[in-house]
Formats: sequence, structure tokens, C-alpha cells
Amino acid sequence: MSQTGAGTQARSVLKVTDLVAGYGGGDVLRGVSLDVAEGGITCVVGPNGAGKSTLMASISGLLRPRLGSIELDGRNLAGMSPRQVLRLGVVQVTQNHSLFRDMTVRENIELGGYILGDRALTARRVTAVFEAFPDIAGWAGKKAGSLSGGQQRLVEFARALMLEPRLLLLDEPSMGLAPKILRTVFAAIRQMNAAGTTILLVEQNARAGLRLSSHGVVMESGRVRLSGSGREVLENPEIGALYLGGAVGAG
Amino acid sequence: MTVLLRTEGVRKAYGGVHALDTCTVEVEEGSVAGLIGPNGSGKTTLFNVITGYAKADAGHVYLAGRKITNLSPDKVFALGIGRTFQLTRIFASLTVLENMLVASPNGRAAARRRAMEQLDFVGIAGHHAELAGTLSYGQRKLLELAYVLVADPAVVLLDEPAGGVNLSLVNHIADRIRELNAAGKTFLIVEHNMEFVMGLCDRVTVLDSGTVVASGPPGIIRTDRRVLDAYLGEDLGPEKAAEDE
Repeated sequence: MSQTGAGTQARSVLKVTDLVAGYGGGDVLRGVSLDVAEGGITCVVGPNGAGKSTLMASISGLLRPRLGSIELDGRNLAGMSPRQVLRLGVVQVTQNHSLFRDMTVRENIELGGYILGDRALTARRVTAVFEAFPDIAGWAGKKAGSLSGGQQRLVEFARALMLEPRLLLLDEPSMGLAPKILRTVFAAIRQMNAAGTTILLVEQNARAGLRLSSHGVVMESGRVRLSGSGREVLENPEIGALYLGGAVGAG
Repeated sequence: MTVLLRTEGVRKAYGGVHALDTCTVEVEEGSVAGLIGPNGSGKTTLFNVITGYAKADAGHVYLAGRKITNLSPDKVFALGIGRTFQLTRIFASLTVLENMLVASPNGRAAARRRAMEQLDFVGIAGHHAELAGTLSYGQRKLLELAYVLVADPAVVLLDEPAGGVNLSLVNHIADRIRELNAAGKTFLIVEHNMEFVMGLCDRVTVLDSGTVVASGPPGIIRTDRRVLDAYLGEDLGPEKAAEDE
């Protein structure tokens, strides 16, 4: 993209270059390059098997890439352990619900600050998170397992915010949620972003995800097929062909 | 054409969630039918209801006009519906040939010969003496297909036959299906690989949230608005766009 373009120019927090990664004998990612702009929401969409979750796992250190680089503010994350990546401020909210069901909402959120190793700082951050999300504060004493799926999702976000992430990775936050709840969850994503958190979002609901995002990327068969502003990608008619075959630039 | 397999108004809920909701799907005799839809749309649940692995809450399943709703898996299999699974169910510590003979324990020469013929047909006869656990993921899919074919079912249900399989093997699997279909075998295939589905199937049915949203030839399905909506999701509205202005 041009460096002189108007509007959304921002430096990259994350720069993925020619990333190849996979499991066993095959490569799932076959040379993926993308940038995550500071202060934005970058949304990655694509059909099943496109490699979206593999991309997330590679960034968060759960999967060691075979080739290519993943730079966070210029520092290569490829080959680092999940713990090291987390310490550098890349926090992932996974696709499946991950709260400790028998612990309270407050305890779950406090655990998000575990690696801070500082009780006072943890307490201050819990207070800040509760101020930002008063609804969640209202559930503080409840068992996490007693919350609805959408509420649990919000608590997972709050827990991730405990580390004041440099980059927040959200892997299909809409998974399993009814449309009405989806709005609440997406509003929370927008709110976190408005408060300054840079977000990389993988979303199954492509339209809703792209609508929310400053930048959009469509992956298919382990490659980036389309990218642009969220709206450009949303309105690009080629996106349908990428999902339903007969694809554009396939090969 | 005769309808060989039909589900009529099938409902199935897990907890409060409707995995299938008045789901009506037809498979014509001698056709290759495709069943697609986004994750969680109910495809595998429909397979499970058809083959007796899950009980329908309402609705019926008919094979050649005969009601087979909620029969046990072994009865459904005996009546002529064979299936494979998304994650293959083979015996890893038996040999490939032993896997084929599990359902005919007396191991007669004739059964053995038939088993070898099927292994040869799918292209893994050379591995017959190896432990099934040593096969590649794609080869396991072929073993499962061979296993199902031994029983010579009227309809073969394949759950993601191309999922996680390398391209040359995907083409090989497609060719085997075409060959079987040319000889009269009927298929219903769940698959996310669109090139595979669109290239192979006579007719494609699309599920979304447990309901059929479209059904027709691949060329029509590919450009159907409702199908795109199912895959791309519901646009929650222009709030963000309004903020951008």
C-alpha cells in the first residue's frame, strides 16, 4: 500500500511476512503476509481451512512457523514460546470458552494478571477493567460457569485487558452466539479498540467482522487473496467466489 | 428420477440449541449429492440422524420409501446406508486388511478377496499388511471408503472425504467417486472444499442453522444470494460505517 495515502495511515504493530506453517506433512499457511496497523482492528476472514486459526496459533507461539517472520514492533516472534509472546504483550482470546467455571468472574479476571506478579498492580487493573465494563463489574461475585456464552465472552475480553495488550488476538469471538448477543460482543470489541487497543480479529461472520474493522483480509487455501480497508473488502464481490469456489486468482 | 434417500422435517436439538430445524433433504437415486453450509449449520448432525447415531426429535428419514427413522446404526447400515466419518474410525493396531475383515470375522477366502478388490480399487492394496495406524490421513479416508464399499450399500454418505487430504489424493478420491457413480452408486457428501463439491456433485443442498436455505445444481448454488448470506454472515448494520464518515 502507498505510504502517502490519506486517512488510515498508521505504523504496523505486527508485520507477518511470507509465513509458512502447518501440522504434520502439509503446510496450512503457504506464504502469508499481512500488517496489523496500530490502533486499528484488522479482520481476517475466509472459508474453512483457509488457515485463519493456524495464523493465530503461529502468532501466539502455539505453533512454530516453518518459514517467514512475525514481527511485533520490529522484533521477530517466530520460534518464541507462548509465554514469551505473552510477555511481549500479545494476548489471545481463544475460540473456545476458557474461563474457570467454578471460580468467580473477579477471580478469573485477576488470573489475567497472573504474569504481572504484582498484587497492587493487578488490583488497580481489575478496578480499571470494571470501570470500563460496568456490566462485568456487576457479575464480579458470580461463578463464571453460571454466565451465558455472550457474558463469558465479555469476561474473557476483560481478562485479556489485564495485561494492557500491545496486540489483542480475538479468534472467532462470535462462535456459537445468537445475533442479539453478537451485537453486545461486537460493541465491546469496538469499545476496547476505541480505548486504544490494537486488535487482530479472526471472524466467521465475515460481514459483521469486516463492518467493524478498519482493515480486512480474506484468506483462502493458506494465502491472502484480498486485502484493503474493512469496507473495501466487505463490498468486494470477489469475496463470494472465494467462499463458494470458482475463485478469483486461485491457483 | 426416484428419490432414494429423504429426510422430512427433521428436528434435533442439543440443550436449547436447534442443530436441525425442519430439515428436508432429498437424494436422487444414482446421483452425487452435496451437503454444504457454514460451520455448525447441522451437516454432520443430519448424517448422524440419517445413520442412527443421533435420534431425531421430530421428522422422518426414508430410504427407498421405507421409514427408517431412529433405527440403530447397525440396522441402518444393513438396510443399505454406509457412511464415513469426519475423523476416521479405523482400528489403528490392526492391519489394513484386518480392518476390512472386522465385519466378516470368519475370514473366508471370498470375504478376503472382496476386501482386497476394494483396497485395490481405492488404491491402497499395497499397504494391506501394514498397521492401519501407519497410514497417512488421506489413506485412512480411503480405507474407510473401501470398508464401506465392501457392504455394497445403496447410498454412501461421506463426511468430509477431502478434509485435510493433499491435492493429488483429493483428485484420486474424486475420481473413485465418479467411477462408482458411473456404475450406479448414489452418494451424499458433506465437504468444505468447494472445488471438490462443485466439481463432483449433480445437486448441492445448503444448510444454515439447521435449515435448508437452497438446493440446486452447483452453478446456481454458487451465485445464490441466500447461500452467500449463509457463508458471509449477517451484517449487523452500519454503525461503524456511520462513525467513519
